[in-house]
Amino acid sequence: MIDPVLASRLQFALTTMVHIIFPTISMGIAPFIVYFAWKEYRGNGEPWISLRRFWVKVFAITFVVGTVTGIVLEFEFGTNFARYASAVGGIFGGPLATEGFMAFFLESTFLGILVFGRERVSDRLYFLSSVLVAVGSWLSAVWILIANSWMQTPRGFEMGMRAGQRVAVITDPVAAYLNPRFPWMFFHMQMGAVLAAALFVGGIAMYKLTTTDERRAFWKTSLKVAIVAMLITAPFQAIQGDAYARHVYQTQPQKFAAMEAVWETDTYVPEYLIAFPTDLEDFLNPRAKELFGIGIPGGASWLASGGDPSAKIRGLESFDTKAPPVVFVFWSFRMMVGLGMWFILLALWAGYRWRTGELLEDRWLRRGMIASTGLGVVAVELGWIVTEVGRQPWAIQGVLKVSQSVSPNLTSTEATITLLGFVLGYAALLSIWSYLMYRIIRAGPNAPTEEGQGTTPSTTEVAAE
Amino acid sequence: MMPLSLADAPLLGLPLIQLWFVAMFFTLAMFLWLDGTNFGIGVLFGLTEDETTKETMLAAVAPLWDGAEVWLVVFGGGLFAVFPDVYANLFSGYYLVMFAILAALIIRGVSPEFREQREDEEWQTLWGRLFVLGSALSPFLLGMFAANWLVGATGSITVPGIVVGLALVALSVVEGGAFFGMKFEDGLPADLLDYTVMAQTAYLVLAVVAVVYLYLFVDGMAAAIAGPVPVVLVVLTALLGIGYVVLLRGERYLPAFVLAGVQTFGLITLVAYLLYPVIYPTTGLTVVEAAVSTLQLNLMTIVLAIFLPLVLVYFAVLYNAFSGPIEAAEGY
Repeated sequence: MIDPVLASRLQFALTTMVHIIFPTISMGIAPFIVYFAWKEYRGNGEPWISLRRFWVKVFAITFVVGTVTGIVLEFEFGTNFARYASAVGGIFGGPLATEGFMAFFLESTFLGILVFGRERVSDRLYFLSSVLVAVGSWLSAVWILIANSWMQTPRGFEMGMRAGQRVAVITDPVAAYLNPRFPWMFFHMQMGAVLAAALFVGGIAMYKLTTTDERRAFWKTSLKVAIVAMLITAPFQAIQGDAYARHVYQTQPQKFAAMEAVWETDTYVPEYLIAFPTDLEDFLNPRAKELFGIGIPGGASWLASGGDPSAKIRGLESFDTKAPPVVFVFWSFRMMVGLGMWFILLALWAGYRWRTGELLEDRWLRRGMIASTGLGVVAVELGWIVTEVGRQPWAIQGVLKVSQSVSPNLTSTEATITLLGFVLGYAALLSIWSYLMYRIIRAGPNAPTEEGQGTTPSTTEVAAE
Repeated sequence: MMPLSLADAPLLGLPLIQLWFVAMFFTLAMFLWLDGTNFGIGVLFGLTEDETTKETMLAAVAPLWDGAEVWLVVFGGGLFAVFPDVYANLFSGYYLVMFAILAALIIRGVSPEFREQREDEEWQTLWGRLFVLGSALSPFLLGMFAANWLVGATGSITVPGIVVGLALVALSVVEGGAFFGMKFEDGLPADLLDYTVMAQTAYLVLAVVAVVYLYLFVDGMAAAIAGPVPVVLVVLTALLGIGYVVLLRGERYLPAFVLAGVQTFGLITLVAYLLYPVIYPTTGLTVVEAAVSTLQLNLMTIVLAIFLPLVLVYFAVLYNAFSGPIEAAEGY
């Protein structure tokens, strides 16, 4: 039996890491679907109708898995982190409830129309439904990230009493909900989602263009739309990410030190762009100073301060609380940044080949795009590992620790049962989703309908009998 | 700082704590009515052999369940935001039941979607069975959860839990049967009509058993149950049940569906009435003690006042778009 605190940690980590795959793809694809639906609404015919239909199919099945795995997260604050829920529910619960009322209702009701209602509503209401689903899914992110950013940079509250317990009481909702982290996080997550979806769509399109001769116009348009999205988002993501790191240094110095594996407070801290562990200890317990790597002298100081290579960076040893598990934070950060650089290169490379008219002729570009199909989602996962593991041991930075958050009456047996259940259940869920995605992609879009009029159902055909 | 009025006094001097207590049970009742309908159709899916009827059932549920499930999400979110201690105690107190509910809801949600992705019989049979299982377990476990909450049970498997769980399964079939009747040009198939009438009878019997059990065996509840409100609710439910059967046999499905909804609201009203002024009987925590600060209550009330009417409009648009019989090619 696993200790309830550890089991709750592992379970929350597992359930969030599985869940985030689905909203990343669905939020990222949503703007593409609005664009396709707009083209269809304006009467542009094929390939837009097929594009809208096919990517709605991918969106729908992803959204459904996102819905059912998302509800789990909302409930876990109560089941596993009851002390957290009691202590900060008066602030943290608000955005979650608002997300339900403002966003989740909007997206889930109009999703029904978007997926199943093509023949039942007017063209105008149909197009509007695609917009409302997209707006709803992005509003969901607003409120979820308001809640999460408050955990990183808590503001606008004081400690008070309720029913005999010490709890956080809201004093200034503007300070709490428009806390300093929120805009950084929202921009980074949404750009990351669009980029991940663009890599996903582009990778699939390149795969289909390489392996079949069917529906070339359909797949070429998918590919080109994806490349445009990559060209817009990949460079912005890096520029904004750089400034975001500076913001983390200012607001969560302990997390920043873990990202850079700086243990002792120092000036002229180098930035290790590439770092190699020379033994297992180096890998599991990285200390930047002892790693073999290519470092820019003063680079980390320069990054943290916004231009001063001599700036002082506080080391992990200077904090009263135990350092977060540096192994996850340090390596995840490096891998995320590395992937980000690769995405910029890939976007520019694809853009260049498009200009020279050799988009499909460059064998290595094809391989690169296909290999990167899921890497955008991987980068989002790595970013969240930096954000969440880097905040440890705190649940609310500087206010409440994770170890003080777990439900007091939770037993090892209960926690172990559900953890095992999630490991098995989510492994099955992920496998089935991947398998069905593969089938949908392999089958490709339905044959285009005559005159561009939708005469068949919007998703797969219903079995005749 | 906020304007003093938001932080110091409830909006318009309204009893916001009580209003939120009602709002929470309203969202729960909406969930049990609208998604209960989908659960009921899922149970009937397991009772019919006819493949066309099965496809019609999936096509009926497909566009609606995701939106309906959000009523449960806002029930959880609303409790978290306004009564955090209740949310914390309730969800951690019935830990394994909560995860069983989540598992049932996951299976119910994904199985019809997955089922339609492949044509072969084995695959469709598997996901069809899981759809039935998820659809039956979801209301059963939710009923168990609600009854345990009401009586302040410390364990999970209790007599009132099982009785109310079965009652909610029956009530779901009552809702689902009436709604599904609207999906046919020429009325609900005879076998499904019989099952639905049986479910209505079973619901009335189980509801009476549950109330009698509470009266006899739960400390401090006898006086409340013998009062006018519970008696009126029970009698009203019996009359609604009879009216429902008459309407259903007369193929008047929409009014029958509304009567099923009124029965659902009646049940939830009874639960809320028996709880108040306590909100968590296990510890005796009252509604007023459990509520968050005035400022947060005011903010959440503004959110509710703006978005609840909008949400009702979304549902009107959705149910209007998918009203009436299902055509052969519709659905997944």
